[in-house]
Amino acid sequence: MSGTATASVNRPPGSPGSPNGSGAAASASLPPELARAARRRRLVPYLLLLAGVAWLLVFFVAPMVYQASTSVQTGSLEAGFKVTWHFATYWDALHAYWPQFVRSLAYSAIATVLCLAIGYPLAYTIAFRAGRWRNVVMMLVIAPFFTSFLIRTLAWETILADQGPVVSFLNHVHVLDVTSWLGVTSGDRVMATPLAVVCGLTYNFLPFMVLPLYTSLERVDGRLHEAAGDLYATPFTTFRKVTFPLSLPGVVAGTLLTFIPASGDYINAELLGSTNQKMVGSVIQSQFLRVLDYPTAAALSFILMAVILAIVTVYIRRAGTEELV
Amino acid sequence: MDPYETLSPPQRAAMVRSMTSGRGALTRRSLLRAAGLGAIATAGLTACGIPAAGKQGAIASTDHSAQEKVIDFSNWPEYIDVTDDGKHRPTLDAFTKRTGIKIVYTEDINDNVEFFGKIKPQLAAGQDTGRDLMVLTDWLAARMIRLGWVQELNPANLPHAFANLAQRFRTPDWDPGRAYSYPWQGIATCIAYNKKVTKGRTVDSVSQLLDDPSLKGKVAMLSEMRDTVGMTLLDMGKQPEDVDDTTFGEAVGRVQKAVDKGQIRKFTGNEYTDGLSKGDIGACLAWAGDLVQLRLDNPDIEYVFPDAGFMFSSDNLMVPNKARHKTNAERLIDYYYEPPVAAQLSAYINYVCPVAGVEPYLARIDKSLATNPLIVPDAAMDAKGHAFRSLSETEDSRYEERFSKLIGA
Repeated sequence: MSGTATASVNRPPGSPGSPNGSGAAASASLPPELARAARRRRLVPYLLLLAGVAWLLVFFVAPMVYQASTSVQTGSLEAGFKVTWHFATYWDALHAYWPQFVRSLAYSAIATVLCLAIGYPLAYTIAFRAGRWRNVVMMLVIAPFFTSFLIRTLAWETILADQGPVVSFLNHVHVLDVTSWLGVTSGDRVMATPLAVVCGLTYNFLPFMVLPLYTSLERVDGRLHEAAGDLYATPFTTFRKVTFPLSLPGVVAGTLLTFIPASGDYINAELLGSTNQKMVGSVIQSQFLRVLDYPTAAALSFILMAVILAIVTVYIRRAGTEELV
Repeated sequence: MDPYETLSPPQRAAMVRSMTSGRGALTRRSLLRAAGLGAIATAGLTACGIPAAGKQGAIASTDHSAQEKVIDFSNWPEYIDVTDDGKHRPTLDAFTKRTGIKIVYTEDINDNVEFFGKIKPQLAAGQDTGRDLMVLTDWLAARMIRLGWVQELNPANLPHAFANLAQRFRTPDWDPGRAYSYPWQGIATCIAYNKKVTKGRTVDSVSQLLDDPSLKGKVAMLSEMRDTVGMTLLDMGKQPEDVDDTTFGEAVGRVQKAVDKGQIRKFTGNEYTDGLSKGDIGACLAWAGDLVQLRLDNPDIEYVFPDAGFMFSSDNLMVPNKARHKTNAERLIDYYYEPPVAAQLSAYINYVCPVAGVEPYLARIDKSLATNPLIVPDAAMDAKGHAFRSLSETEDSRYEERFSKLIGA
């Protein structure tokens, strides 16, 4: 929509094919074949959109409508489900599973912050300092993607095994005493604790942070740094006043790409956490497949979607970068 | 602060026009349009709805057994005999050689709940699942029969099965007389522990799993509700055969306490074997057949049947609705009820053999097998084995919901 609007604004007024009234009036006075061409040209953007719109209708709108309907149904698998506009399902679901909601948002927020803390220096180095190694390092960031998400998470199960070298070392230097005191691990183990789940999330979603950061940092003109230096800015000031603001679109895109999938993720909580680290994704999965309570599962999905949408809207408003994303 | 201060006066005027009389304005027409869309959306939502599953009765299908010499067989992983090089399955190969029927063997059942989700859409729609034979645990087998999603077996094709089915498997309350199902193997649920983690101490009761402080954070229980709740009930001196809302609630409450104090690390399916041999899991509820294999690789692993009793269940061969090769499938079921074949299978996978009279054939393979209570339970084992009561549909979903809250999801 906005694409066609800008296109028409950029075109000189009154030119054939502009989709407003004056254009149509103008084309009426044109020879018929030209008018037909103009009409055809007006249809082109819609034709081009057709595949995308069809895709969205079939794979986004239809399932959404179906799930919205499911969420207000009541019944059971064997008796069938009927739409009874039972909105109480939403309240009941939220009431029963709010701890998992809070946990999901907290874990994914922490993981997003950690991803930013790890990813920014990484992307910065790749963009400005890696030189001819740039492609190699970039490759290394993306390489884990060639294995399945599940395998990568299972690898953490081995790395953090209770009897494994990592945990033995951490125990030896008493790091786990500190983290246990902080409540992020428990006893002499890392697996099946919040720390393990957050580590897993951070690791799995790091590339989603690094890639957008890298693309926006890479676009920063090196001459701006020189200019800042010429104006007696210290390297830190250059970063604060020039580089960082220019990389903000990457920061916003990266945090969104990390936070949104991370809050819906359940593999990490399922494999690396214990019963007390389950996230809302596990609940939805179990309601759909184990309990066969489709309305609750659908309601939970919609609540999660609404919560994420609200958070993201506030975030984008605050970041003030609608036009940058 | 004026959010539009950066706009030039003409732009601002254009914007005001657009908001008051342009597309952004809230006019009667746009309101009507919105209301119309709302009505359509409401109608759309109401039109959806999930029809009652099953209840249409078993759907027999045209049996293509005579023309197509094939069976599509879905089973659990590592649940059949395999040659050392892993390329052949001797009992299946022998069947193909004898009958000329080719078997497409797929190990695609990892979890009852998950597998049900996979085949449900086709069966609910009365369509072919592409499978002729599948192996489901008692409670799911019961649900399939209740839903009318499996076909009644033809006794004429099952002479060996009828004659040789061991007494303990003959009359489950969900399929009396075995009209729809025949057991593939019996499963005994036990307690397993890793001696290295428990520092040589034995773990021999569910109470110890739930309370022993030295096992804190190292205990796993099964995500199969009937195993975990059943074993807990037995430990509390209650009978899983006559579980009701009160005793079920008590058992779940008992496990919940252990979850709350961080005693329990995880509720697992088959994957407990990995944690147990690595030592992440110190002690857990386990399926006895797995442990025989596991102990070969890791001698630190031990298993115990608690004095309070243990849960005994079975995995059952069933023919889903619309299966194309029902007669072939029945011939395969019958084949596995020939004692020599049954002996060969059970000797390899070490689960409880449902076939009476296998002992001499087991002894021919290995003397110790015939007296192994894991394969042929003795009287003492039989006395301690218990089954979970068959639940009605409403009980089933109520208990599953309560249990799924317990396991954290």
